[in-house]
Amino acid sequence: MTDVGRHPRIELLTYSEVAATTGFVGNFNVTVRRRARYVDEKECTACGDCLEVCPVVVPDKFNIGLSTRKAIYQPFPQAVPSAFVIDMEACLGHNPIACGKCLEKCEKECIDYDMTDREVTLNVGTVIVATGMDVYDPTEQDEYGYTRYENVITSLEFERLINSGGPTEGHLVRPTDRRQPERVAFIQCVGSRSQQRGKPYCSNVCCMNTVKDSLLIKDHWPETDIKVFYMDIRAFGKGFEDLYQRSKALGVQYIRGLPGEVEEDPATKDLILSVEDTTSGQLEQHRADMVILSVGVEPRRDMESLKGLFTLSATSDGFFMEAHPKLLPVDAPTRGVFFAGCSEAPKDIKDSVTQASAAAARANILMSQGRISVEAITSVIDPEICTGCAICANVCPYHAIIADKEKRTPAVVIEASCAGCGTCAAECPFGAITMRHFEDAQIIAQIDAILEEDPMEKIVVFACNWCSYAGGDFAGISRLQYPPNARLIRTMCSGRVDQEFVLHAFRKGAPLVLVSGCHFADCHYIDANRWTQRRVEKLWDKLEREGIRPERLQLEWISAAEGQKFAKVMREIEELRKAVTPEEVEETKRILTEKAKKPKKKPKKAKKEPVEVAKT
Amino acid sequence: MDDGNHGEELRIGVYVCDCGRNIAGTVDCGVVTEFAQGLPHVVIASNDKYTCSEPGQEVIKQHIREHNLNRVVVASCSPRMHEPTFRAAIQQAGLNPYLLEMANLREHCSWVHINEPEAATRKAMDLVKMAVWRAALLREQKELEVPVERKALVIGGGIAGIQASLDLANAGYQVYLVEKEPSIGGIMAQIDKTYPTMDCSI
Repeated sequence: MTDVGRHPRIELLTYSEVAATTGFVGNFNVTVRRRARYVDEKECTACGDCLEVCPVVVPDKFNIGLSTRKAIYQPFPQAVPSAFVIDMEACLGHNPIACGKCLEKCEKECIDYDMTDREVTLNVGTVIVATGMDVYDPTEQDEYGYTRYENVITSLEFERLINSGGPTEGHLVRPTDRRQPERVAFIQCVGSRSQQRGKPYCSNVCCMNTVKDSLLIKDHWPETDIKVFYMDIRAFGKGFEDLYQRSKALGVQYIRGLPGEVEEDPATKDLILSVEDTTSGQLEQHRADMVILSVGVEPRRDMESLKGLFTLSATSDGFFMEAHPKLLPVDAPTRGVFFAGCSEAPKDIKDSVTQASAAAARANILMSQGRISVEAITSVIDPEICTGCAICANVCPYHAIIADKEKRTPAVVIEASCAGCGTCAAECPFGAITMRHFEDAQIIAQIDAILEEDPMEKIVVFACNWCSYAGGDFAGISRLQYPPNARLIRTMCSGRVDQEFVLHAFRKGAPLVLVSGCHFADCHYIDANRWTQRRVEKLWDKLEREGIRPERLQLEWISAAEGQKFAKVMREIEELRKAVTPEEVEETKRILTEKAKKPKKKPKKAKKEPVEVAKT
Repeated sequence: MDDGNHGEELRIGVYVCDCGRNIAGTVDCGVVTEFAQGLPHVVIASNDKYTCSEPGQEVIKQHIREHNLNRVVVASCSPRMHEPTFRAAIQQAGLNPYLLEMANLREHCSWVHINEPEAATRKAMDLVKMAVWRAALLREQKELEVPVERKALVIGGGIAGIQASLDLANAGYQVYLVEKEPSIGGIMAQIDKTYPTMDCSI
């Protein structure tokens, strides 16, 4: 930790959060909001004079409320930076009548009540997301009495109690009478591996954490009677089985069975655990002076904002989703963003360090090159066709198109800013925009190939690269079975799906068309899929006006992690397809073909010479 | 089908991959290859056990040179998996990487229609046909190069963020480490001793 504080190339921005981002791999522009500390971080020496005079006492968050701190405080003695901070919600303020004592006391004059939050902007090439995890709150598992019995604590509270820097200076005492417990019971999987409460997954760290805790207790107080109630002990890592065996050899009892109930003896405040030992099938009762709930690990509750800022998504367990579960385990789907530690999945310190080094190495690969190539999938505007209407500039999520509606000069694409979603091309009423590698003609060719034979049997599906197509991949990896009638056309974003593609498919005899993309918060092109939705809604109206059932055009949002949903949607659209009759399809073909023959309005010409007539 | 071949004679090679039994266990890859051979502009269609393997890629490169191929279709797994592999392969043989098209016979076909081999084979043929028709219209593309800022942002100052910051800073990059709390350390700092070494966390 101190290495970080004094490294010449690390700028530490504590008490800060990422507020906004723009840009892309190699050139992210990040706004960081720095909260006011009210103490000059550079000048403060953490001498502690201010502590002595501060009259406000509040629970200490670092010690999980097991001790108190002042309104001006240092989170813990080894904190980096080694500087105090004022908790303004607790502070009485600088009104002299109210308080202002620390201000008077501080000789170095580090305290400034008028300090305000401020924003700084950073330009970076790569981003590592190491936002960690939250710890499960066992309140809802009322049978363990966490909120009713003081001598029932969590494993994290235990860490603070046994820590020499903690509230009891490392003396293990039970909360009710501050007596050293002679009988300690651990309950495993609290908040983990449960379909009902907490999380369905294994939290990875709790078994070994309990084994370690049992060794710590035995180390200090060998006579302590320790019982561990578990369903499985997962000691899979290097050296883990040794620790487990050592714990057993020291007399720690491992009892296979999770207690159904914990009750308190009102007289002694001892705890009585009722459990079925599943190795013997016996119902047993065990007494303990203290019960430690081995609580699980959860995704951070505040990760939603980061998801939006860097277009990240989560797997079904709630943790951030990697680009590939096996081959790109530290890369985010957004290029230039990497994961380290528990943000991606629960892991212990060794695994967190390993992944952090891997993430650093992956980021290094990008940055060491100095230049990187961007996929050639950007949009190109034909100035001869463009009328300067500026619709494209209006829909571009990246503001990558310069257009002037007043002057009606042809629009221009800034290639480095274009991410290639294709929304502009789909929205351009004049066909002036070509998406490189995802051209209209290339997509139309795929539609034609699908519908050349037995069109009644086929469903034309447009799937975005990042979510829906990837969801289809995930369904495959999971071997989920669904009917074989859908044919997927991959575009980078559902925003690329021109209404003409859909109409073309119907004209060629498609019974059903599905447009699928990312959920709104997950769109890899900021909010391009909002345009998808608007366009599909317009198409539904249009189909209805023409006498074509709008249900034959479906819209679904499927994330890369939703293999199940993908398979379900495939089954549902197959049912819808079966309901479409050949007569209905023929009628649609007739309506749309006649419609296509009618001449379209001529576009207004852009002010330029020579002027070409765009489409007729 | 629009023969918009941009003024050149189209010469397409199609490579149908068995992926061991992953694809061939459900899809009749021989039938698919034969079907591909009959598609317009397809000069050669070949069936391999593992197209992504070194020998598999070598076949493609050799065919590009011997048969003057100017488009390549690989019918194997998801392009999200191996598109970079095959783009690099055809580039090594002198083709622009954007003249590759993939058909996803594994994730989107053989793995999800395990009990319907005939329907899966028909679907595989369609997927290959779609890829060939699209390939005929592909154009060479040139990628834009952009400079990379040699600075990194690390969000979160727990053990993972600390390690990543130190590694990157020691590799010579400027690092910004953003932490929500007033101190770095995260949950790790709250833990007493840590396994498997049983030493202190800070």
